[in-house]
Amino acid sequence: MEIKVCGPGCASCEKTQKMVEAAVAAKGVGAAIVKVKDFQEIAQLGVFSTPAVVIDGVVKCVGRVPKQSEVEAWLS
Amino acid sequence: MKPIQPSGCGGTQPATDQPLMNNGAPWTKILILGALSLGLWFAVYTNLQTFATFLTYSLLGIEQPSRLGDAVQFFVYDAPKVMLLLILIVFVVGVIRSFFTQERTRKYLAGKRETAGNVMAALLGVFTPFCSCSAVPLFLGFVQAGVPLGVTFSFLIAAPMVNEIAVVLLYGLLGWKVAALYLGTGLLIAMVAGWVIGRLKLETWMEDWVQEMRAGEAIVFERQLTWADRLHLGREAVRDIVGKVWVYVVAGIAVGALIHGYVPDDFMVGIMGKDAWWSVPAAVAVGIPMYSNAAGIVPVVEALLGKGAALGTVLAFMMSVIALSLPEMIILRKVLKPKLIAVFVLVVGSGIVGIGYLFNLII
Repeated sequence: MEIKVCGPGCASCEKTQKMVEAAVAAKGVGAAIVKVKDFQEIAQLGVFSTPAVVIDGVVKCVGRVPKQSEVEAWLS
Repeated sequence: MKPIQPSGCGGTQPATDQPLMNNGAPWTKILILGALSLGLWFAVYTNLQTFATFLTYSLLGIEQPSRLGDAVQFFVYDAPKVMLLLILIVFVVGVIRSFFTQERTRKYLAGKRETAGNVMAALLGVFTPFCSCSAVPLFLGFVQAGVPLGVTFSFLIAAPMVNEIAVVLLYGLLGWKVAALYLGTGLLIAMVAGWVIGRLKLETWMEDWVQEMRAGEAIVFERQLTWADRLHLGREAVRDIVGKVWVYVVAGIAVGALIHGYVPDDFMVGIMGKDAWWSVPAAVAVGIPMYSNAAGIVPVVEALLGKGAALGTVLAFMMSVIALSLPEMIILRKVLKPKLIAVFVLVVGSGIVGIGYLFNLII
């Protein structure tokens, strides 16, 4: 599983990153978490508002920090 | 690239379209709690002056007319007052913001012509949630949706410059007239500067990849929010924003208090007074590389005004610090060619200088 966390690196993006890491650890799934900071790449995913979470090419959440329970639900 | 199907949080499937919180939050409880907090807020707010005088001169026993007393009283009155105002307004604006999203704003502006679009973009800039780190994705989203360049700029100028924190602080420290002037002229600059940039037809001065961008449809999740969710978002905004800016507010007011107590009253007249014609462009030029949010700059503005600086010069300085900042230019550089950034700074900067002179002339 590949999880992309999109965002230039502001406070909300960092929060999202930690949230995703925590969710992956809690669920015990094997996943590569990738930070996407390049705006061009982010735009190509169809994301125009950060932070965003993309799991295996599917955009799950745009423009807000998700809750850990939400992230865990996406992982299963 | 294959189109990406929206799914997940608040996506199209009803199964995942859960509200943020459970429904059926007991309304009576919310109303009673709300009324109690508002009552408490009001009681504290109206008694601050008495409390500040009592604390300074009776409890701490500072001599009545003294510089130290002036400074201390200024601080213990202004700091809690501004914090109280900030909490209330950030909460209210947080709730109002839950009705506006970047996606809706973008969709709305995409169908607008210039001029009317500039006006709407500036107004929406006040209420659409925005943080400077999301400026670039937002810019790309606007371009991709076909929002005209000038209209996009109107939004990008208004969003950071005219915000609830600036207006609240100006109201709390300098009164509603200054707050209204700032709000009105800030919007005017955003509308006019955006319109001018649109007229100049500078689309080719965006980075090449932005012009060629053929990104897929923007992915949008519309969430159904209940009133309980909106109130919750308001509380989150208070925790987030007030938690972040209170340090600046307290530090700014502390500096303001020192200036208030110790700097001679006519100190600024020569440098930032009405008669120093060069002071407006100088204030704007000095403000560009400086970066502070409204919370840090307003108490300093108050102190400068109190020491004889002219209102137009000070407002120009404040606008320049907030609206034209080096970090924002660096981040916009990723999507705009340097020429376009220069035009942006020039157009907005001249607008601010014009406003500064106007106020120095009429007030």
